[in-house]
Amino acid sequence: MAAAARLFLRGTNSKLSIAPGSLGTTLLKLSPNCSSRTKTQRRHAAHFTFQPDPVPSQYGPTQKMNLFQSITSALDNTLASDPTAGKSKPETLKDRVFNTPLCEQGIVGFGIGVAVAGATAIAEIQFADYIFPAFDQIVNEAAKYRYRSGNMFDCGNLTIRAPWGCVGHGSLYHSQSPEAFFAHCPGLKVVIPRSPIQAKGLLLSCIADKNPCIFFEPKILYRAAVEQVPEDPYTIPLSQAEILQEGSDVTLVAWGTQIHVLKEVASMAQEKLGVSCEVIDLQTILPWDIETVCKSVVKTGRLLISHEAPVTGGFASEISSTVQEECFLNLEAPISRVCGYDTPFPHIFEPFYIPDKWKCFEAIKKMINY
Amino acid sequence: MAAVSSMSKMYGLCFRAVRQTAGLKAYRLLQRRGFRVTVLQLQQTFDSSLEKPQFPGASAEFVDQLEFIQPNVISGIPVYRVMDRQGNIINPSQDPQLSKETVLNFYQKMTMLNTMDRILYESQRQGRISFYMTNYGEEGTHIGSAAALDPNDLVFGQYREAGVLMYRGFPLDHFMAQCYANADDLGKGRQMPVHYGSKDLNFVTISSPLATQIPQAAGAAYAVKRENTNRAVICYFGEGAASEGDAHAGFNFSATLECPLIFFCRNNGYAISTPTNEQYRGDGIAARGPGYGMLSIRVDGNDVFAVYNATKEARRRAVAENQPFLIEAMTYRIGHHSTSDDSSAYRSVDEVNYWDKQDHPISRLRHYMTARGWWSEDDERSWRKQSRKTVMEAFERAERRLKPNPELLFTDVYQEMIPSLNKQRESLWRHVQQYKEHYPLDLYEK
Repeated sequence: MAAAARLFLRGTNSKLSIAPGSLGTTLLKLSPNCSSRTKTQRRHAAHFTFQPDPVPSQYGPTQKMNLFQSITSALDNTLASDPTAGKSKPETLKDRVFNTPLCEQGIVGFGIGVAVAGATAIAEIQFADYIFPAFDQIVNEAAKYRYRSGNMFDCGNLTIRAPWGCVGHGSLYHSQSPEAFFAHCPGLKVVIPRSPIQAKGLLLSCIADKNPCIFFEPKILYRAAVEQVPEDPYTIPLSQAEILQEGSDVTLVAWGTQIHVLKEVASMAQEKLGVSCEVIDLQTILPWDIETVCKSVVKTGRLLISHEAPVTGGFASEISSTVQEECFLNLEAPISRVCGYDTPFPHIFEPFYIPDKWKCFEAIKKMINY
Repeated sequence: MAAVSSMSKMYGLCFRAVRQTAGLKAYRLLQRRGFRVTVLQLQQTFDSSLEKPQFPGASAEFVDQLEFIQPNVISGIPVYRVMDRQGNIINPSQDPQLSKETVLNFYQKMTMLNTMDRILYESQRQGRISFYMTNYGEEGTHIGSAAALDPNDLVFGQYREAGVLMYRGFPLDHFMAQCYANADDLGKGRQMPVHYGSKDLNFVTISSPLATQIPQAAGAAYAVKRENTNRAVICYFGEGAASEGDAHAGFNFSATLECPLIFFCRNNGYAISTPTNEQYRGDGIAARGPGYGMLSIRVDGNDVFAVYNATKEARRRAVAENQPFLIEAMTYRIGHHSTSDDSSAYRSVDEVNYWDKQDHPISRLRHYMTARGWWSEDDERSWRKQSRKTVMEAFERAERRLKPNPELLFTDVYQEMIPSLNKQRESLWRHVQQYKEHYPLDLYEK
């Protein structure tokens, strides 16, 4: 599938069908008596259940929004508040929200130039899987602009957005989670939200942040995640991990979609094993909140980190390494990483590939019994 | 009928297209042939030569002869020039008729650059600085183009454009400070020599990766267009960098998004050791412009007036019409690629000497000046002496200056200091305190 891309979001009209199991439901409706449909022909239900957060009261009136709507809301807020534009009439938006030629290195390079010239640039890469042609511009240019120029120039005004993570059928090139590649690059910020409320607040923080930011959006949550999201702009601080539920026996760390898997795992652990889990959403991968994670591990003594990206060199390895440096004597068991395998992301084998709740549950069992 | 209507829905696009292009009034679908549409043509007269292509992707006529367009590399895009190799004006209407003061300034900036190059190249050879790149032979491209711009125009360079900075008034002390990476370096000692930058002079800091500045320049031009302040952006690069994907990206984006941008290609014959016949097969860089919908010109880069005229006009139109211009300045890299290169390994000394002696931007301008009685042998002698003295004094000052405080290793990674980096900083200091005799602390500011 080609990678069309846009500099500013023009208003999503995604034709990609990402509701898992929807095809199966439709077919069942048309032929309700069809018993020849075997189990293998039905697409699997999602591997997680989205768990919405409570309605925030401190940011003003809220509206029901899914993830992509919350992102559009953030972008609308940004366009409305941009001092250089002044206008918000639809017809004048053409020069502010526009398509570009199909070229990721050009999109990011162009975005860097816009940012260097002092304007806010929000560059969209159609899938995170296609961000690699822009890797040179991101790593060698955007990340290093301020440092190499002695702070005379910078591209803090740049934010790059890209859909991220597994989606049920995305296969090699519509499922990747490339955060680890960028985590290795000082000067960048990498942010991944778990929900609509988080997405809007974190994206607005990225846009406001005076450093180049990459914002990965879990595409499987675009429609599946619905919450009451504040209409007005608000920010959620970067580099501050959030403790979603407190616990005493194991620390579970993840980001994006995998948070919802871990929340379910935490209930399973409580119910079946009597194990109390502390669930942490890292949110910002770079720079990451070392203090919150370590403080938690000092308390619980056990750490499980889970992500879809391949285990070798995945970001869990960085967390694991740092935590064992800081909390070695507090550890009751080796740190566990439940991640994707070291293979490209497969198509039909996705149910076996992903770090699902059963794998995470089993890992907790092993840690408890160590 | 349901079957037919569902079939026609599925093949609706096809039916519509057939009707449109063939101009037919009727068609019939044979239901037997489920997956093949058979169109019956009624005997109507129509003139197919009146048909026009409707493709969204191109605006052109039909042709019924099979013919491949031949790229013209034997007789390529002509080279615009104002002076001949002896500095005589060829077509008086093209003489920009700049004032004596302006022309003398051109000359002095070119020669000052040349002098600075000689001294800094030597200083690398003597181990005083780590690296250097000279601009020999290309001074005309720098000064001619810089003079045609507004001081507020934003400059994105590659690495062989020091003359643009010099023309804008970047002090010798700052050139030296960057090369020596001393405490006066605006870049805080972080980059190799010749990676200059100046916020005040609107010259974006140079970076080593080639051609990355090209799409950035397009983006900056776009932002500048929206500001509506009569500013342009210029982007310099060599003919080698023009092979990079980023160059293609920058050209396409700037034309498609209508950016007030001048692309200035210094075609100097070599990309380190790769000559142009191993760099491209087409007619240089200028010939690529039309492919992107971009106005393009090829100029004699060693003719400072040709460079000036082309850049001036390109700038005027780029801002007025919001479109990019491509200038390919033909020149010759007289020096080695850098202090890490010995070009005698891949080209003859005779070839280099030809350009140095027979077609040099500095000597051509000098002929122009002397022909007008603006510059004498005495002027030349005293200027050479004075410029050398100025450069040497700056050089000596730069040599004596301490290096920046090593604290600056850790700052500006982000706008703010982050906790993890702070910890690393503290860890370095603790280490250096303990092992101080193994670290050259005396060379650095405290």
